[in-house]
Amino acid sequence: MGKANVFDLLGPIMVGPSSSHTAGAVRLGAMARKIFNGELAEARILLHGSFAETGKGHGTNLALVAGLLQMKPDDERISRALELAEEYGLKVSFAKTDLGDVHPNTVKFMLQSPEDRQMEITGSSIGGGRIVITEIDQFVVEIPGDYHTLVLLHQDLPGVVAQATNLLATAQINIAQMRVSREKKGAQALTVVETDQAIEPAALALMRKLPSVFQAMAIEPLE
Amino acid sequence: MLAYEDLVHQAEKKNLKIGQVVILDQSEQLEQTEAELRRRMAENLQVMRDSVKIGLTGERKSLSGMVGGDAAKVEARRARGESLVGDPVNKAIARALAVSEVNASMGKIVAAPTAGSSGVLPAVLLTVEEVYQATEDDVITALFTAAGLGVVIADRANVSGAEGGCQAEIGSATAMAAAAAVELAGGTPRAGAHAAAIALKSMLGLVCDPVAGLVEVPCVKRNATGATLALAAAEMALAGVKSAIPLDEVIDTMEAVGRQMPCALRETAQGGLAITPTGRKVHADFL
Repeated sequence: MGKANVFDLLGPIMVGPSSSHTAGAVRLGAMARKIFNGELAEARILLHGSFAETGKGHGTNLALVAGLLQMKPDDERISRALELAEEYGLKVSFAKTDLGDVHPNTVKFMLQSPEDRQMEITGSSIGGGRIVITEIDQFVVEIPGDYHTLVLLHQDLPGVVAQATNLLATAQINIAQMRVSREKKGAQALTVVETDQAIEPAALALMRKLPSVFQAMAIEPLE
Repeated sequence: MLAYEDLVHQAEKKNLKIGQVVILDQSEQLEQTEAELRRRMAENLQVMRDSVKIGLTGERKSLSGMVGGDAAKVEARRARGESLVGDPVNKAIARALAVSEVNASMGKIVAAPTAGSSGVLPAVLLTVEEVYQATEDDVITALFTAAGLGVVIADRANVSGAEGGCQAEIGSATAMAAAAAVELAGGTPRAGAHAAAIALKSMLGLVCDPVAGLVEVPCVKRNATGATLALAAAEMALAGVKSAIPLDEVIDTMEAVGRQMPCALRETAQGGLAITPTGRKVHADFL
């Protein structure tokens, strides 16, 4: 049969009322937390388009926070996410915003750790609970969260990508998809590699030591 | 492109139910054993049963307060022996309302094929299960029949209100439920296809016009009427009534009608019931 399987059409098991505004929102929050990769003290959440307009009636606010608290879309505590955030010590605030020409269901998280480490993560809920992370700290990305993902920020020079993929090969990590983009020739470039295996800390440490790599980040997939 | 007709052919050739053909296909595609697939579907069925039970208590209100308690009203009337349409149809109505009310109040449901249309399939299948004393295993096979048709619809058309209107969501759910109901009631694969075609034909053109953009009005009650429509289509097909237009052509028509539908009638809350004076007032009061 086709690309979709029977469990895409009968499922997911989720807390309602909307796959895009509730289930997708939980997954966006969860993915943002994975990318942030640490404890949270504060989350400012900017809602764009349909998330801003009809979010309240779909529990989008609750769902986004539930995701940040690492809940899954079928967690019946989602409706109590704001209380649970308070218990956890996470300060949450919401605002409507206009992020321009982006998907109608888009959110920007401005996250801060107890040690004041900050990160901005933007993503969209694109239907049926599927999501895509579109921006991390001003860098445009395209991360659906289906795979282990390596994000490399590096100098746009010959051989940098080859060195990185060599390290993956040595670590027996197979590449599923890969995308390279750059600001302009010779400037900063961003490489996003989706892999079948987890990117081990040892491999990540070697990436960071490469001469032209500024930043390397490993992101786990959503379940 | 996938065709439901191919599934019917395979089922007839191998003397299997559609659900069994779908299980064989998915076992290959997902590289999982039949037992594993059945176990996963059994989880879905359990969540369906739970959501019906919770919804029938009538204790849940939706986020806006517009929806909740209606499943319990319908069930109470049946329990008093006052039902107009009789037990099975009354129960199907109450069950569809129950699941949809749970969905609208942030409870746990199974998207079937979407959250907004999640009431139809459990309402129809649990009712047919009761009438025909079907086994748990047969209900699970029937869920694969429904899901198999869902995969075909998603391939030839879509199951998204934003793309195809309500006909693509509750319409698809109604067709899936009709096919599965026939199978669970002991009908042939061919009769199931006729039931699904009759059901989907009756939903063609239905717009997605949610008041205030919420999955509440008219969605919850449309799940209940969708369930009764699926039962009516199944009743006709089981009696030997045929759809003049074959199922795959009806699905293609649903896709074409969706394309012809203006954006205002596809989940944007800018047309239909959403912009009635009452609809506008609800929107203004809530936001």
